[in-house]
Amino acid sequence: MRRRGRLPAVLVVPALVGLAFLVVPLAGLLVRAPWTTLTDQLISAEVGQALALSLVCASLATVLCLLLGVPLAWLLARGDVPGRRVLRALVTVPLVLPPVVGGVALLLVLGRRGLIGQHLHEWFGVSLPFTTAGVVVAEAFVAMPFLVIAVEGALRGADPRYEEAAATLGASRWLTFRRVTLPSIAPGVVAGTVLCWARALGEFGATITFAGNFPGKTTTMPLAVYLALETDPGAAIVLSLVLLVVSVTVLVSLRDKWIGGVS
Amino acid sequence: MTRVVLAVLAAVALTGCGAQDEPSATSGAVSGEIIVFAAASLTESFDEIGKRFEADNPDAKVTFNYAGSSALAKQINDGAPADVFAAAAPKNMAEVTDAGNASDPTTFVSNTLMIAVPAGNPGGIEGLADFADDNKKIALCAEKVPCGAAARKAFDAAGITPKPDTLEQDVKAVLTKVRLGEVDAALVYKTDVRAAGDEVEGIEFPAAADAVNEYPIVVLTDAPNAEGAKVFVDFVLSDEGSAILTKAGFGKP
Repeated sequence: MRRRGRLPAVLVVPALVGLAFLVVPLAGLLVRAPWTTLTDQLISAEVGQALALSLVCASLATVLCLLLGVPLAWLLARGDVPGRRVLRALVTVPLVLPPVVGGVALLLVLGRRGLIGQHLHEWFGVSLPFTTAGVVVAEAFVAMPFLVIAVEGALRGADPRYEEAAATLGASRWLTFRRVTLPSIAPGVVAGTVLCWARALGEFGATITFAGNFPGKTTTMPLAVYLALETDPGAAIVLSLVLLVVSVTVLVSLRDKWIGGVS
Repeated sequence: MTRVVLAVLAAVALTGCGAQDEPSATSGAVSGEIIVFAAASLTESFDEIGKRFEADNPDAKVTFNYAGSSALAKQINDGAPADVFAAAAPKNMAEVTDAGNASDPTTFVSNTLMIAVPAGNPGGIEGLADFADDNKKIALCAEKVPCGAAARKAFDAAGITPKPDTLEQDVKAVLTKVRLGEVDAALVYKTDVRAAGDEVEGIEFPAAADAVNEYPIVVLTDAPNAEGAKVFVDFVLSDEGSAILTKAGFGKP
């Protein structure tokens, strides 16, 4: 059902400008990259360490987001909870909150003297700031809304009659969720997961505020880029390129594999 | 007269952030916006200096950008619009002068390191040796910012290998971690301990004498408001400016 004919310039021109706006800065990275010393920079222990830490933390944060975010999205889309609109707005707060503020909020709640953190520290001897677990928590806090919004959108777009049919056949709500709802929204969940992972991988503000900065423990790639920028801009560009290549590769391959039809 | 003032105000607004030198309404006073890039450790004293300066020069507006000196040097060399640069170490000033963005800085104060612990000293910190204890939570400045470089000198002088849990981007970020009680101890400047009031306790240590930081200040070559910048720097160097800095705990250069 594609309509033939000339593409309207009123759409094409801003579209191209938009594309250039997003792509040209990336080209800038490539142009300014110190290609001669690239290999030396790449094999430095620092880069490997920061990259490994970034991948591990972003993936763990994504798992945490899936475990908590999918049920939350279900509750928002299907649950008969009062004040759902307010809840939905609250869930998206981390999207508009400057990440540094998110980091401060996490410190005040989960820090050693935080509302919850002081009990964690007293009872279990657990202290999240300055640990790798702290990085995961900070990234999950910032990234979870992306997953929740995507999954909730998918749930609201899914036809509830299948669920109703399952219910009339005697399936419990949990069984219905597992066998009917979840498979029908799979593309939405995957899209949300990918977004969530990408956001977690690039997380900077909440991480440096809540988890601090220490190589091998909490210095993820974005932190390493920021640090390098002041002393060695060349290294910062290399780090950025590595992060860029890794994230684009993962995103493209996931997209082709799971939601190729949606592109 | 009111009309003249309004016209000047409108002109300042139209030319945007005092990008041009407006002829001052009253003789001797400067006008327009003066953008000062200053080391994070200068925050409280420069805020105070800015207020007094604006009281003396009602047509001028001083805007501060506080951050780690190395970040500021980088921003200036990347072309950030600034009139004055005050760094916490000659090294970061040299980055700017070497790039040809300023010349002949003046050293205006010095600052000494101090151990900062949260009120009540919950970690039981006694001296610099506790920084080598793995069980204590320790925050330091990253070595590329002046407070980190000074800390390094102090540890070297004392023969101690610190075991930090985090390397922060500027001295205020370190202080925040102490204020919130997230760390047992940190090395910051004496002035920061004083500025933090009751929330933070300071402990002096002998090796601090080996790591005194000198603070240079300069009018930048491409200052959009060069006239205002010069008057501001003169004010910082004046008796009135020195008094504010001394009160904050800074030493003579």
